[in-house]
Amino acid sequence: MSQMPNFFPALPEIFLLTSTCVLMIVDLSAKTIRRQRTYVLAHIVLLGCAFLTYYTTLDVVSPRPIYTFSDLFVNDLMSGWLKMAAYIAVATTLVYSRQYLIDRGLMRGEFIVLLLFALLGMMILMSANSLLTVYLGLELLSLCQYALVALNRDSAASTEAAMKYFVLGALASGMLLYGMSMIYGATGTLTITEISHRVGVLAGNTGDRTLLVFGLVFLVAGIAFKLGVVPFHMWVPDVYQGAATAVTLVIASAPKLAAFAMAMRLLVNGLLDLAVDWQQMLSILAVLSMALGNITAIAQTNLKRMLAYSTISHMGFVLLGLAGGMVNGNLLNAGDAYSSAMFYVVIYVLTTLASFGMLLLLSRAGVECESLDDLKGLNQRAPWFALIMLIVMFSLAGVPPAAGFYAKLAILKTTVAAGQIGLAVAAVLFSLIGAFYYLRIVKLMYFDDASKSGPVTAHADMRVLVSVNGLALLALGILPQSLMALCVASIKAL
Amino acid sequence: MNGLPLLSISIWLPIAFGLILLATGGDSRASVQRWIALAGAIAGFAVTIPLYAGFDGQTSEMQFSEFQRWMPGLDINYHLGIDGISMLFLLLNSFITILIVVAGWTVVEKRVAQYYAAFLMLSGMLNGVFSALDAVLFYVFFEATLIPMFIIIGIWGGPNRVYAALKFFLYTLFGSLLMLVAFLYLYNKSGSFEILDWHRLPLPLGAQFALFFGLLFGFAVKVPMWPVHTWLPDAHTEAPTGGSVVLAAILLKLGAYGFVRFTLPILPDASRELAWLMVSLSLIAVVYVGLVTLVQADMKRLIAYSSIAHMGFVTLGFFLFNALGVEGALVQMISHGFISGAMFLCVGVMYDRLHTRMIADYGGVVNSMPRFAAFMMLFAMANSGLPATSGFVGEFMVIMGAMQVSFWIAFLAATTLIFGAAYSLWMYKRVIFGPVANDAVRGLRDLNAREFLVLALLAVAVLYMGIYPAPFTDVMHASVDDLLRHVARPKW
Repeated sequence: MSQMPNFFPALPEIFLLTSTCVLMIVDLSAKTIRRQRTYVLAHIVLLGCAFLTYYTTLDVVSPRPIYTFSDLFVNDLMSGWLKMAAYIAVATTLVYSRQYLIDRGLMRGEFIVLLLFALLGMMILMSANSLLTVYLGLELLSLCQYALVALNRDSAASTEAAMKYFVLGALASGMLLYGMSMIYGATGTLTITEISHRVGVLAGNTGDRTLLVFGLVFLVAGIAFKLGVVPFHMWVPDVYQGAATAVTLVIASAPKLAAFAMAMRLLVNGLLDLAVDWQQMLSILAVLSMALGNITAIAQTNLKRMLAYSTISHMGFVLLGLAGGMVNGNLLNAGDAYSSAMFYVVIYVLTTLASFGMLLLLSRAGVECESLDDLKGLNQRAPWFALIMLIVMFSLAGVPPAAGFYAKLAILKTTVAAGQIGLAVAAVLFSLIGAFYYLRIVKLMYFDDASKSGPVTAHADMRVLVSVNGLALLALGILPQSLMALCVASIKAL
Repeated sequence: MNGLPLLSISIWLPIAFGLILLATGGDSRASVQRWIALAGAIAGFAVTIPLYAGFDGQTSEMQFSEFQRWMPGLDINYHLGIDGISMLFLLLNSFITILIVVAGWTVVEKRVAQYYAAFLMLSGMLNGVFSALDAVLFYVFFEATLIPMFIIIGIWGGPNRVYAALKFFLYTLFGSLLMLVAFLYLYNKSGSFEILDWHRLPLPLGAQFALFFGLLFGFAVKVPMWPVHTWLPDAHTEAPTGGSVVLAAILLKLGAYGFVRFTLPILPDASRELAWLMVSLSLIAVVYVGLVTLVQADMKRLIAYSSIAHMGFVTLGFFLFNALGVEGALVQMISHGFISGAMFLCVGVMYDRLHTRMIADYGGVVNSMPRFAAFMMLFAMANSGLPATSGFVGEFMVIMGAMQVSFWIAFLAATTLIFGAAYSLWMYKRVIFGPVANDAVRGLRDLNAREFLVLALLAVAVLYMGIYPAPFTDVMHASVDDLLRHVARPKW
């Protein structure tokens, strides 16, 4: 092991790490509350990352995974495209949250730096090929998120949310580590590709299988926590509501991509031979999440809390996609199933960005747009943004022609192909319940009279980006093929 | 078919006009917006004329086909085409859209651009539903129509509009989601979303039964059939006049169209086996809902219930499995589009003047509005199935078809002629004749030129179709015969 490892595949991560450190120093000399320089630099860093990811991963002829650092780290199409999506999500988050943070005196250097470090954690998670790397990425991401939630330190709600998040998150990390130790005990290795080989051998042997499945349960619990699915969802509503809306946006968007990658790496790359076991677990988690998320969301009056429960139900849908891969011991359906789940996550992140972006846009200095009533009569105040929000809500509800429909369609298609008609019917019925609270928002915006007056004011960049974001949902609804093809290619190259 | 993609134009042109309207801004430019809307509606209708003119009634093949790969990864194609069954609905839809634009000319004053944009987009999407040959494309248009209708009821509707809009949306979504699962199952069996491929797909009887009920939920809610009809009276009553018209004239036809396009040809054996169920539900709609209609005190509600009864006739005709029944049902669909639209417009004319829909608030309207009374007389007669109006043709054909199957079915179906006359004419008598009820009625102005034009156009359509229905039935003969031959063959 004396030779130098191949640094090339990890260039984006290395670049992000060094430039974030530089950014931290540059930020010390920031003079104004606006932190114009740090903000612009952060965007440049993201652009650089995107370029490097494209150059190292996506601009290759044969999409084969490249392993480096003694197989701790892997670079393949899935990680590449998920990273790209994460850059877009983080850059969008920066634009959306800027004015909100400035108005509340929260535009500190820490926000940007923590955001970029969280992104680094996500990237490591996406490229992890070892249980240790998974854990490393996860903890980097989580610790940044805990700190971000507590960013508004004078707010009791934020502090409480951060404490809850931290305690529950630590518990989940503990479970994940425990599961990893079981897997390590059974297979004798931490490298995911190696685990996959050894599990293949062990899976037939009933004696050692118990240990594997035992470890698997804890791994699934850890993943479920990160995705925020029932029964590991307790943190989601409190954190979404307690954190400043800009921070909620950070937590609700890009980390879901990382959580999806983590599920793919651990379950599909590592433990595919135990699919019979984890698919059952995921199905149960999926149905519970869709049921609890959708039903509880109806009772919410706080928008952020409602969107939190909506998240829970959507993550249930993602799990449904992951649960349909192996049918009767063959993997014919796997490509469709995993790529539809990936498509769903990407669309979900895009939709979440738009919905929270709208909340940030409607919040001004001293005015929080948090309760459902704040959206009343939006069509009278700002017809264009009401239309965008309408598209977002119908996308979340899964009504065509918005993108959310195709995401749901793709997942349902694989679920039916896997012979799980009952699951598909359950998913559809819970979506119906979900449609009610999304419709209620449309109703508030269009049918009710405004309780607040005055036009909506926001900076031009924000207005344009929210519009583009909303229209992208419509465009991807009408022409989803390109994104779908990327997801299919990513999964195929695993 | 070479040349212009007429079907695509008939779908996207109204939608494009709708988008232009949305971009024109607030109500300060309302007068210009109205003309843009009218131009869009007329252009939309103009596109369907060459469709009708160039249509070949001798073949049951799909005509004006357009095929474009849309989502190869999901096997979803942009595949359009029309046959004799769908042809007429495009015409009807585009025609009704013009009337709605004209009828709302001075009535709608708030958010004019949004109002007309919603109707134009709805019109385009409805053309899409009737010409889609790919199940997912069909589903997309089918579902997308909910959005503008939801908004139309919710913004411009009556006092209880929010409840009605939500009920309308959730009811229909419930049905169509189960339909979606059925579509996915069919895809899984056939490997294609092409509706025409599904027509040829062999299916065991058990699967056919399951699929039948999946599709039934989707279509029955939309028709609506008893007992899932309860959303309709609410939606109709609360919707603005234009909304009620398009709901009755076109949206209800989507469900019935679904039966002919999907249920009958894809699941012929289950359809035959379960015909007793469908016939029973239809007869309940005809008889029971006919009785319910009698006691309504609200005119819009009355017409809404009468729509359910008339749609019962349509579903009855489909499940008789003879040419008279199916063609009668199709004719009934078109005719009901004209008549129910006209009835709602009549109520709209009165509502615009007195702002009440209750029968008790009227009486003696003939004294102040003689021309209006004449029109409404015609439409009320047509609604009760008077010979020489379009209402008679369809009902008579369905009753004849029923007679070929069973005397008692025909007997029960024929009661509609009594109930229909009773509720339509009784309402007419209470509203139009008798002593002048109050000073408000005495002061009513008669029809203005715009209202006269709208009702006259519909009156011409109703009478023409009643006296000389051949142009309508000729178009559908070949397709209906083909459908019946197809349904008669067992699939397993």
